[in-house]
Amino acid sequence: MSAVAAAPARRSLDREAWIARAAIAALALALIVTVALPLYALLSRGLESKAGAFVGFANYAAYFATPGVGRAVVNSLVIALASTVVTVSVAFVFAYGLTRSRMPYKGVLKAVALAPLLAPSLLPGIALVYLFGKQGLLKSLMFGQEIYGPIGILLGEAFYCFPAAILILTTALSLSDQRLHDAAVSLGASRWRIFRTVTLPGARYGLISACFVVFTLAITDFGVPKVIGGWYDVLAIDVYKRVVGQQDFQKGAVVSALLLLPAVLAFTADSFVRRRQVALLSARSVAFMPRPERMRDGLLFVFCAVVALAILIVLLTAAGASFVKFWPYNLELWLGHYDFDNKDGGGWRAYYNSIEMALWTAACGTAIVFLGAYLSEKSNRFAAGRMAIRLLAVVPMAVPGLVLGLAYIFFFNDPANPLSVLYRTMAILVISTIVHFYTVAHLTAVTALKQMDPEFEAAGASLGVPWYTTFRRVTVPVAMPAILDISIYLFVSAMTTVSAVVFLYAPDTALASIAVLNMDDAGDIAPAAAMAMMIVYTSAAVRLLHWLGTRGLARRSQAWRGR
Amino acid sequence: MRAIKSGKMLAAVFAAVFLIGGAGSVWAQAKTKVNVYTALEADQIKAYKDAFEKSYPDVEMAITRDSTGIVTAKLLAEKNNPQADVVWGVAATSLLVLDGEGMLEPYAPKGLDAVKPFFRDPRNPPYWVGMDVWAATLCFNTIEAAKKNIPKPESWEDLTKPVYKGQIVMPNPASSGTGFLDVSSWLQMMGDQKGWAFMDALHQNIGVYTHSGSKPCNLAASGEYVIGISFEYRASANKVKGAPIDLIFPKEGLGYDMEATAIIKGAKNMDGAKKLADWSVTKEANELYAKNFAVVALPGVGKPLEFVPADLEKRLVKNDFAWAAANREKILAEWNKRYNAKSEPKS
Repeated sequence: MSAVAAAPARRSLDREAWIARAAIAALALALIVTVALPLYALLSRGLESKAGAFVGFANYAAYFATPGVGRAVVNSLVIALASTVVTVSVAFVFAYGLTRSRMPYKGVLKAVALAPLLAPSLLPGIALVYLFGKQGLLKSLMFGQEIYGPIGILLGEAFYCFPAAILILTTALSLSDQRLHDAAVSLGASRWRIFRTVTLPGARYGLISACFVVFTLAITDFGVPKVIGGWYDVLAIDVYKRVVGQQDFQKGAVVSALLLLPAVLAFTADSFVRRRQVALLSARSVAFMPRPERMRDGLLFVFCAVVALAILIVLLTAAGASFVKFWPYNLELWLGHYDFDNKDGGGWRAYYNSIEMALWTAACGTAIVFLGAYLSEKSNRFAAGRMAIRLLAVVPMAVPGLVLGLAYIFFFNDPANPLSVLYRTMAILVISTIVHFYTVAHLTAVTALKQMDPEFEAAGASLGVPWYTTFRRVTVPVAMPAILDISIYLFVSAMTTVSAVVFLYAPDTALASIAVLNMDDAGDIAPAAAMAMMIVYTSAAVRLLHWLGTRGLARRSQAWRGR
Repeated sequence: MRAIKSGKMLAAVFAAVFLIGGAGSVWAQAKTKVNVYTALEADQIKAYKDAFEKSYPDVEMAITRDSTGIVTAKLLAEKNNPQADVVWGVAATSLLVLDGEGMLEPYAPKGLDAVKPFFRDPRNPPYWVGMDVWAATLCFNTIEAAKKNIPKPESWEDLTKPVYKGQIVMPNPASSGTGFLDVSSWLQMMGDQKGWAFMDALHQNIGVYTHSGSKPCNLAASGEYVIGISFEYRASANKVKGAPIDLIFPKEGLGYDMEATAIIKGAKNMDGAKKLADWSVTKEANELYAKNFAVVALPGVGKPLEFVPADLEKRLVKNDFAWAAANREKILAEWNKRYNAKSEPKS
């Protein structure tokens, strides 16, 4: 009798194990095809001649022999370092205000600080032209200096990279033990000494992490220098010019490899540093609660308000510029700049394409990322496959968008590749965007899953429930906030991204962010501002919906977290 | 009464059958997509495309638009696996470059006989057929010039005067067809040595080299720079919109190039490509071109553009397309070597 009952149970256990193995294998394979193979295609192409013969580092030698290349490398490093110093210092004070003071309006200030996430990186460039260009509103503040060039790039990158730095630093600074501060105070330490010996060491890893992330973002971004770089040549622009302007893919691969270098270095160093991070909060820690302090809170508030105002001015300038008929000579209000159909870039179709692309990216991306994270964290089948998923999931973080896009051209435009049917379709835009933003989404999912007790799986298994039922009925509902965060992150990133897709779009799959680029290229800067603002409005509306929705959802699905 | 009724009924039945049949046949011959590469201005394309698709409802245009140099580079890069079926509204000098690579398919569009001989490849059947001519024009911002006390230039030579330092914008000839026709015409007008010497001097005054040929005029129109070296359509369009600019036609003569159509050899949609080539020489098409350009392929259709002198055709310098095409790569390499190395133009 018992033998008869055990046989079907074993079979169903086998079946569920095989489903887990198959899912892990499928996902690992998908990541190999969309991450590893394209990168291999890119790196190997840099070592080949146009005809495809192996030439070693001849392309690199030829590239470095071109006049002006040394300058582009130096310029890139200088601007990325300067952006890092400026952005991280401002962001540190801002994050300090948000976490270690009792200043008012923290919620509003944080929302404004994160607002640049909603805009493509071309937007700050466009707004800076209106603010500080030769006919700029605030031109007098430039003291005769030109905005087109390093100053413009620096300001634009600071705007673009600010939210990333804020996110990292607020997380780092909010982890602090009240007991350390109390001890320091009772030992009679001065305020400066407490900052130096308690605050800074605690935030050390966050600071290092923020520096690496901002440096990588700034050196690989091409939206800002494209619009406002003027004569100041940087490597990211060089990739674009080689590939789009001269259709010289070999040289493009060479510059890409160069761009990959700082990103990979920064990434490796960062993960090395992170491993050293020891837990700051133990079970006995007391969460730090800043006490009100008039002077400090007032000063921090003024500082944060000024920074927030600067961010708002950039956004409002772009919004305003899109309604002015003919800056600076005819200031009538006008909606004509929103008539995208008579402009470069694909018209309103491009905007709808962007929304379609963002929806697909959010839907498919969230499902794949979350399932992948679940299998790699919670399953115990097919260890090699799970290892592959874990490794490949963090690689995209170190691959700049332009490099990924070029890698996709090499890999998917190869007639010998059966996947070349995807080339020039919406599908390849969706795939490249999911891959481009995979790492952050994956890490978010992993963090959420790690918070969940493995007992769930154990209990499910002992009750004879297959893992996919536990996944569906327990894991997904409990992790719903993280799942929604991932989907919103993917949606907004897909709306604003330019770098990978700029090499991959076809006439019927033009995107809004690329339309901004093309309109600016043609000198239609007001319509470019209008399209950039359409992206901001859309991302903001979706975020708002998400916020309203999750408030309700949190009350229902997260009630268990309370008592 | 009855008769009328049944007559009406019959008509209704006929109409229904006709409609269903009609719809069915439209359904049956699904639209074919023709891949078009073009450097036409974005604000011109829509009108052309709508008119073409109205004449040929079975063909849908998939348009890849970019500046001349980029379209040319893209076509050359795809030589072994062409994505384009037809090239439309791209500089004749670029088409001659493609022809030199053996990439064009000869075709005599219906109605070719009416086209002015100057507007077609002399071979029979022709490898390319012209549409219209576009010419170098300066956009001069009068308000900013008055503020800065900058005199109005009359000639190309004037542009090298120190008073214009940092005030001039021109398109990069590697990416822009307008930029290339400027450089090529200066070299043909002044000869090699003097031509490069002129550009060296001009380089001292250039604020920035732009990607597109329209952008210099747009930058002059919005007062970012005083003078934009551009072309007559964009200049006229900006002035019509109310930009405070004067159009200047330098007295030495105007460089020009011709927008033309050619079919790519091995086109996947050869039929669609031929239909576009046919449509491109029709009177209807030429009348649309004439809204944007004064000199078009069919005789008697062209009419002067607002703010552009009626004798524009006479002001054009001689342009040897074959010379320009044969030397294009060499000229661009030299130009890049001299001016693209991104040294501050002012130093």
